[in-house]
Amino acid sequence: EYEPSHIYLNRAVSAGAAAVVSARTYADFTNEATFEIKKCDTFKLDEGPATQVVMTRDEGLQYYRTMQTMRRMELKADQLYKQKIIRGFCHLYDGQEACAVGIEAAINLSDHLITAYRAHGYTYTRGGTVKKIMAELTGRRGGIAKGKGGSMHMYCKHFYGGNGIVGAQVPLGAGVALACKYQGNSELCVCLYGDGAANQGQIFETYNMAALWKLPVIFICENNGYGMGTSVERAAASTDYFKRGEFIPGVRVDGMDVLCVREASRFAADYCRSGKGPILMELQTYRYHGHSMSDPGVSYRTREEIQEVRSKSDPISMLKDRMLSNNMASVEELKEIDVEVRKEIEDAAQFATTDPEPPLEDLCNHIFHNNPPLEVRGTNPWSKLKSVS
Amino acid sequence: MLPYSGSVSLVSSFLFPPLQFVPPPNRSDWLCVVTPSVRRVTRSSDWSKSRRFPTGLAHSPAEDSLKMAASLRCFLRSGKKAVSALGQREFHRSAPAAAQVTVRDALNQAMDEELERDERVFLLGEEVAQYDGAYKVSRGLWKKYGDKRIIDTPISEMGFAGIAVGAAMAGLRPICEFMTFNFSMQAIDQVINSAAKTCYMSAGLQAVPIVFRGPNGASAGVAAQHSQCFAAWYAHCPGLKVVSPWNSEDAKGLLKSSIRDDNPVVFLENELLYGVPFEMSEEAQSKDFTIPIGKAKVERAGSHITLVSHSRYVGHCLDAAAVLAKEGIECEVINLRTIRPMDVESIEASVMKTNHLVTVEGGWPQFGVGAEICARIMEGSAFNYLDSPVTRVTGVDIPMPYAKILEDHSLPQIKDIIFSLHNLVLIIVRNGNYSFVFAEFLICPYLAATKPNLH
Repeated sequence: EYEPSHIYLNRAVSAGAAAVVSARTYADFTNEATFEIKKCDTFKLDEGPATQVVMTRDEGLQYYRTMQTMRRMELKADQLYKQKIIRGFCHLYDGQEACAVGIEAAINLSDHLITAYRAHGYTYTRGGTVKKIMAELTGRRGGIAKGKGGSMHMYCKHFYGGNGIVGAQVPLGAGVALACKYQGNSELCVCLYGDGAANQGQIFETYNMAALWKLPVIFICENNGYGMGTSVERAAASTDYFKRGEFIPGVRVDGMDVLCVREASRFAADYCRSGKGPILMELQTYRYHGHSMSDPGVSYRTREEIQEVRSKSDPISMLKDRMLSNNMASVEELKEIDVEVRKEIEDAAQFATTDPEPPLEDLCNHIFHNNPPLEVRGTNPWSKLKSVS
Repeated sequence: MLPYSGSVSLVSSFLFPPLQFVPPPNRSDWLCVVTPSVRRVTRSSDWSKSRRFPTGLAHSPAEDSLKMAASLRCFLRSGKKAVSALGQREFHRSAPAAAQVTVRDALNQAMDEELERDERVFLLGEEVAQYDGAYKVSRGLWKKYGDKRIIDTPISEMGFAGIAVGAAMAGLRPICEFMTFNFSMQAIDQVINSAAKTCYMSAGLQAVPIVFRGPNGASAGVAAQHSQCFAAWYAHCPGLKVVSPWNSEDAKGLLKSSIRDDNPVVFLENELLYGVPFEMSEEAQSKDFTIPIGKAKVERAGSHITLVSHSRYVGHCLDAAAVLAKEGIECEVINLRTIRPMDVESIEASVMKTNHLVTVEGGWPQFGVGAEICARIMEGSAFNYLDSPVTRVTGVDIPMPYAKILEDHSLPQIKDIIFSLHNLVLIIVRNGNYSFVFAEFLICPYLAATKPNLH
């Protein structure tokens, strides 16, 4: 279920190993460059994340590849949904790729992450393969949850889903952080929720307990401007989501810039790991699709707005421009990556459409963990189905 | 209708057609009523055993009737005293090294032993640490284990239940205490959607080894918002195990098993039982004593009627059985112990022996534990062995009132259990005394009596 081989090594890796990985290093490319990023608004913090950041060529290529994979995967899911091969819920993440990639760049795979239902991107960055993700969307036995969970319930190591109930994942995330603190392993938990969920009562209960017990949790509000069809102005008395933690320090971050997200996440992770307790980040981002596949996404916002964001703030374009203008990669190289990504997605989609559905024998399995086999009542009294753990 | 003349005469049903049972308007006034059990006996029931009982007049010698009146008066007056007085009489037979342990202490021991055994186990809830537990169930644990393992939470059920579930997902083994299960409704989304369903949704990747425990059901004088029984609510959901202990052995053994189980368990205690001492055998006092989840226990063997119950009402059933035993009616009392998965096999085996079934519970009748038992018995092989429909004795279908007299009449009392057998037992009133006759074959008319003076 967890195959990290395609994920390039992150900043924790030594320079020597990084050099081995990129076999085709063109001598005339800049290996690293410094970028000026937007200053983050802070709340109850004396200093914020750095505004001058360094990105290496390898990091840039990795971020580009990952974001492009996520983008293409979501667009493919859109296509398959319209062909009715994917059914039910499908909440797409395109436009918000910088958030997932930036966060993952700042934490380790040994840290923990939990999010809500717009989870395909995070499943990928946490170690799920595109093949398994797409097969889960199409409900096949090769899916990451064997077809039992679907779009909103994907799990892998140190990734707790994929949660369907808005806001319920926030206390869960604080609980994971409690376990980290309890076990004393200096891991932390990144706990994501949206601008719509930010008004849930249980989130405020969680802020209180996390601050009280100094849990190592980073609360991240992915503010994409709309909670389903309700804009933030119509839903929240205060749209300064990074201040809603009241006694928890907060940072407001440009969520369309992967370096901004990365830098802020590094800042937050350092804060948490030093034992100071929770911290809140608001990522200002945007989703191109509607809330889900059943929402065209244009009844509550204009096409012009979507087009404007796409042309001015698209995360992949921004990263591409940065790399090209700093001579960190060539157009052909990036095109090559695009081609590879497209192929990967095609293969995954092929697998997802041809893999057989789960066997009927699997219907009642996995109700319990580590349990002796039991009998489950079927639709009528004489139908006794078998369930194994 | 025959006038009551000091002796009861039975008239054959040919003269009087069977009438519907009309319940007495007021339980403490009491009409002698019997419904004819006009069912033909099926081939599979052993009706010859019923013939051992007098099918005519049942008069007891003077001292027996005095005893009978006394015990009836005792249980007609509801209340804890009557219960425990009768209850304790049953437990005189003791093993050599057995001890009297209250349910509270048994739960405390169970948690203490499991906290010691596995350092991933921890307890969180309101007032569990420095207050020693709202009902003192976790007394002494904070002093012994400290802040890390016994955690006082703010009043945020949804928040801390979610935190507990998250901790369970990340590898710990939390015990999440709800001050009463009424407050678990605030957090029920976390119990069902985050805990119960996760193992299935993740196809076994993500386990949630958590125990939700706390007092369930009616207490004394706490009124409607604090008296609901949640056994039926939680037992409805796949992915949960629901456990409802009665005595100290049950409490300790089942709590230990629940904590050791890798799945979400809802552990329904009862506040009124916390202070009740029960005999605990030496074996039960050991550190490795566990009771398997999913197995019921036959508390009292019998051959005429099966009474099935859980939690506090097991005691009521045993008391009712004691009263009926004086008349030679032997009830088999089954303590369910686990509501989900329910041990229907034990109930079926008992029904195949006794041919009659009564379920007793404190919860409301609609869609309750008794309703489920009825459905399962009807669907299963024991249906053919039933000689009469299953009777459910439940709480009254109302929110719990406050006034004592109203509260007492909102819950099953021992007399309700006995009177629920109206279609099986001929209850004869004579000169103010009661006698019971197992009247499976009696086809008798409706007898009315003058109001006897009970008090």
